[in-house]
Amino acid sequence: MKKLQLLFTAIIAVALMVSCGNAGKKKTESNAKAKTITGAGATFPQPFYNKIFKTYTKEQSLLVTYGGIGSGGGIRSLKDKIVDFGASDAFLSDKKLADMPGEVLHIPTCLGAVVAAYNLPGKPALKFTPELMEGVFMGKITNWNDPKIAAVNPGVNLPDLAITVVYRSDGSGTTFIFSDYMSKVSTKWAAKIGAGKALQWPVGIGAKGNPGVAGTISQTKGAIGYIGSEYAFAQGIPVASIQNQAGNFILPSLESVSASAKGEMPADTRVSLTNTTAAEGYPISSFTWLIIYKEQNYNNRSLDQATQTVKLINWIVSEATQKETTKVNYAPLPKAAVAKAKAVLAKVTYKGKALK
Amino acid sequence: MNSEKIFKYLLASSGILIVLIAVGIVATLFVGSIPSFKEYGFGFIFSSDWNPTEGRESYGALPFIIGTLMTSILALLITFPFAFSISLFLGEYFKHGKLPSFLRSVIDLLAGIPSVVYGLWGFYALRPLISELGINAQGFGIFTSSIVLAIMIIPYASSLGSEVISMVPGSLKEAAYSLGATRFEVVRNVIIPNAGSGIFAGYILALGRAIGETMAVTMLIGNSNKIPAGIFDLGNTMASLIANQFGEAEGLKYTSLVEIGLILFIITGIVNLLGKLIMKKLSA
Repeated sequence: MKKLQLLFTAIIAVALMVSCGNAGKKKTESNAKAKTITGAGATFPQPFYNKIFKTYTKEQSLLVTYGGIGSGGGIRSLKDKIVDFGASDAFLSDKKLADMPGEVLHIPTCLGAVVAAYNLPGKPALKFTPELMEGVFMGKITNWNDPKIAAVNPGVNLPDLAITVVYRSDGSGTTFIFSDYMSKVSTKWAAKIGAGKALQWPVGIGAKGNPGVAGTISQTKGAIGYIGSEYAFAQGIPVASIQNQAGNFILPSLESVSASAKGEMPADTRVSLTNTTAAEGYPISSFTWLIIYKEQNYNNRSLDQATQTVKLINWIVSEATQKETTKVNYAPLPKAAVAKAKAVLAKVTYKGKALK
Repeated sequence: MNSEKIFKYLLASSGILIVLIAVGIVATLFVGSIPSFKEYGFGFIFSSDWNPTEGRESYGALPFIIGTLMTSILALLITFPFAFSISLFLGEYFKHGKLPSFLRSVIDLLAGIPSVVYGLWGFYALRPLISELGINAQGFGIFTSSIVLAIMIIPYASSLGSEVISMVPGSLKEAAYSLGATRFEVVRNVIIPNAGSGIFAGYILALGRAIGETMAVTMLIGNSNKIPAGIFDLGNTMASLIANQFGEAEGLKYTSLVEIGLILFIITGIVNLLGKLIMKKLSA
């Protein structure tokens, strides 16, 4: 009996502790001042966000925190309404938009690309056509001395060396952009593999993150893989030129990535830039987006919280902030994209009324 | 209430809290894996397809269950001769002195090294060696991971063993010696039967550690989501798959990963249970 009593008391004690924890959470008043703005999502633009949010926190004395938990995590966090904004490398499909509890807006913040990096003795500069990309990454071309590679790269000394494909083992926006491109240029790829953040690879080795892929390539003779451009540019990794839709071989650079966004853009900014029609554009480029709810009154958020969130995003797409992109190896938004982004931001409401 | 009682309640409530947390973890895994279970049923365990591409999604746990068991059991086999020798050396042959205490510190140090450091060492030092020896082309795979795992689990496998070996009653050993037994005979006929269950417990602990290891394995196994063709092939383990793919997972993939977590939990549970059963048999 005494033991039972002891057990009960203990359970009640635990229950009390738990309930106290809940009671501690104060509901925010709708007229409260915003103290912090929280975002989470894609790791690809994280160096850019870290840099500018630090500046913003200093200038506006408003703390902006960003968690690089992956695009999927960013979307989930926004769905669970625990962040002010999410971030994703892939725009939400119509189906995923319908799954969200409210209307979601996309705001592009900068551009990046995915590059093909390789490890060959003598570090020759290589050119790839979409057909070569298909052959190599689907395991049909297995040796560097394959005549198909030599035909596109006349004069390059190609060794008798097995090709080792390296891919991302973790789910990643980088993989999505790469496979989105491959699906557009190769019907075989589209039929057999498809586009996604993680794939069923026919050949190769999986490595975690950009550093993992880059490290494996640099350590393995004959390896080829794909890496986020911001990482490849920062590390000075040799990368291939890729033939775009116009037939030009384009070396990835901040200019050629920015140039890929010169085409038409829908009003909701959800557009894929891979296999761009722009003549000078690098064909495996992409926007990266912030996502927010159109109606900002959720989870007892205050009006000021909503206003500050939109103000922050307006500041990100402003000309001065866009200049910061190149310092961390991203490409700035073209003017037309900035105009579209601002138009999207103008749609944001709080309790149905437009924000000032 | 006097302080005696308060102390007692405090102890009891913290104990119950741990139980609640453990139950909560199982419940979360269980609830999280229901959608995947509804979709695939028990076929999930036997399907070897892992295709996360939207529109052709299909998930199965078999390659990762096999990968996990292969790496951890191979690691245990590799670690066994070393761990056993160390336990005997420290527990019986050289209990005291500078060399044994140095050896002990080094082994303790092995347990304290973060697994990512093991992964880095494997990546930069062991992998080139494996590929140079021609074991496989890139040096990644089950075998490479198992070697690194074997080194990681030596402290777990050996420290408990040396402890129980040193606790074998001196009177028993002396009796054997007085009957004319050699040292080897004492080890074989007195120490091993006496300390067997404790030594074995150490190996179970080590196996559990190898099954759950994530980071070092991810860096070395090649992360190929197929059933490995042999110990020199690439593969993937359950823990490594979850760590890799959880960040971007949603929908069916998310719940399939949770179900893999549940299976991992159950396998670890079974290993521990089996270990306890065998220990009981050995000590009886």
